Amino acid sequence: MPNNDAHPNHNIDRDRLVELYRTMRRIRAFEEAAEKASLSGQVGGAVHLSIGQEAVAAGVCANLRQSDQITTTHRGHGHCIAKGTDPGAMMLELFGKEGGTCGGKGGSMHIADFKVGMLGANGVVAAGIPIAVGAAHGAKLLGEDRVVVCFFGDGAINRGPFMEGLNWASVFKLPVLFVCELNGFASTTHSDAVTAGPGANARAESLGLEAFEVDGNDVAAVDALVGDLIPRIRGGSGPSFLSARTYRLKGHTSVDPAHYRDQEFAAAQWDNDPLARAAGELRRLGLPGEQLASIDSDAAAEMTLVSDAAEAAGHPAPEQAFTDIQDIGAPVWREQA
Amino acid sequence: MSVISYQEAALQAVAEEMRRDHRVWALGEDLGRGGVFGQYRGLREEFGPERIADTPISEATIMGASVGAALVGTRPVVEMRFADFALCAVDEMVNQAAKARFMFGGQARVPMVIRQPSGMWRSSAAQHSQSLEAWYAHIPGLVVVAPYTPADNKGLLKAAIRCDDPVIYIEHKDNWALEGEVPDDIDYLVPLGPARLARAGGDLTLVTWSKMVGVAERAAALAAAQGMEIEVIDLRTLWPWDQEMVFASVAKTKRLMVVHEAVQVGGFGAEIAATVAEHMADVLTAPICRMGAPRAPISYAKPLEDELRITPELIMANASRQIGG
Ligand SMILES: Cc1ncc(C[n+]2csc(CCOP(=O)(O)OP(=O)(O)O)c2C)c(N)n1
Ligand SMILES: [Mg+2]
Repeated sequence: MPNNDAHPNHNIDRDRLVELYRTMRRIRAFEEAAEKASLSGQVGGAVHLSIGQEAVAAGVCANLRQSDQITTTHRGHGHCIAKGTDPGAMMLELFGKEGGTCGGKGGSMHIADFKVGMLGANGVVAAGIPIAVGAAHGAKLLGEDRVVVCFFGDGAINRGPFMEGLNWASVFKLPVLFVCELNGFASTTHSDAVTAGPGANARAESLGLEAFEVDGNDVAAVDALVGDLIPRIRGGSGPSFLSARTYRLKGHTSVDPAHYRDQEFAAAQWDNDPLARAAGELRRLGLPGEQLASIDSDAAAEMTLVSDAAEAAGHPAPEQAFTDIQDIGAPVWREQA
Repeated sequence: MSVISYQEAALQAVAEEMRRDHRVWALGEDLGRGGVFGQYRGLREEFGPERIADTPISEATIMGASVGAALVGTRPVVEMRFADFALCAVDEMVNQAAKARFMFGGQARVPMVIRQPSGMWRSSAAQHSQSLEAWYAHIPGLVVVAPYTPADNKGLLKAAIRCDDPVIYIEHKDNWALEGEVPDDIDYLVPLGPARLARAGGDLTLVTWSKMVGVAERAAALAAAQGMEIEVIDLRTLWPWDQEMVFASVAKTKRLMVVHEAVQVGGFGAEIAATVAEHMADVLTAPICRMGAPRAPISYAKPLEDELRITPELIMANASRQIGG
């Protein structure tokens, strides 16, 4: 188990690590605020927290341009923030308020922000895989210089669209980076218990993709590896696959106490918290403690503001339930019917 | 005007729209050699393998990748080969294509046409013969189109390709060779929504679509010989369906029959029947008649398959009961 002062063998520029740490801290603070609002009942529906997995989101997205695109899953807050989505609009969306990323129509599992290349979270496991592949196919057809990153969990690799989507990306040599977050669980089931064979990378390699593995709790390592992969993909190498080993520190949803797992083991995983590890590394690189503390307090303050604003915001107008369904044959709002 | 087949009409529609808009492309299995019914014949030669794409047998990803490609600004024409195979891509149609615009608060559109050759066709049995249009009419976000004439197959397909909504486009497999007059105008469009009056008549309104339009027309000819005038409405678009034309017709004839090849239970005919009953019960002089297939899988052996077919004679028998009674 690496401790907070572990000395990784990669060299990272301190300023870059500060920014990666800031992204992770903002994700953490956002999700802590979301967790609170979920437990208090202000945020409805299922809220899937990525607490403990922030290094994957931060390390991958730090290497993307705004014009690059991502798809994510039910556990996607971190990817959205790392890609540049405004947490204020995200929190409004979680609260189901006006001004949310999707106008309150989607909630946590359907956040999208097309202007920053965030093509949508998804409530259906593995459904983002063909969509990401298609976005890359579209980029190729339109002659646009974009890379698409597709995030999904270790549970998704047992669904058919995983095989189909990887095969497709490989056949059409599409600019996609598949990022599998091995967080140990698919809902309340241990992923390993229901996954046969040697795992995600072997499956990817069998379909002609080059597959890589990274310590997904080491943000500098993720950043360095993805920093190598993205230019190759952009240059036309075809798709690549990255398995990031991490751990879901919380339950499947905000209300899941996760009693089904070994409590001692789970508690010990906090020693491997990616934020604590990055903070340790920053201290080793000589970052003054007060600078770290101010990143933390800035993030907490930002997300407190964001939650307060979401709480105060208005609900979407009722007729919004009937807009943006379709151009032809759209329903009519009751009051006008 | 030229006399061409239903299949050639569709081919023209896709070719014209691909020439007009570089964002339009078609994908599916075996399109390079023209598609399994020849409805893409020659397109690979004109547009190349990128825009007439041969895909793996991966229906979920044909559909899901099309959603992704539509979200980023292309306009895919998705070939499902047989409507029955689209069932391998239901999540991608129903949860993704139909929902993305709404769930994302209108940030993006999903302009794609999902072609689903449907219906009974030469002993194709239970997995290659179904008519499942009612399923899609049930799903908010989807437009559902089922053309009968070659002219409509051209004009509606072109309109579907230009539409920003996901369109389920149902071509009847038994119609490919059907010939008819089709306008040559490259901007010949048939709007999505309005029905077509296939035959005028004052005694009974018969609402139908797809191949059953032809069967209904033959029934109407039989009826006319016996002095009964059946008005045949070819719905063409199932969602949205043309209530206005149906209501106006029923107001005139005071009788309604709905006929479709699909299973009668939960069929789209039930929706039309119920809507007319809700709004026009006082006008009707006979109970509404619904005709669809029995709730049985479609057989292979011809005499068994024929048990499920709606014939002009069966329609005629019901019509004379309705009009006579
Ligand atoms: C097709 C489908 N089946 C089941 C579910 C219910 N479900 C939601 S999340 C989840 C677990 C997914 O595990 P994984 O892919 O590893 O992602 P993680 O939650 O670990 O991030 C399940 C089973 C779903 N949303 N979609
Ligand atoms: Mg998992």
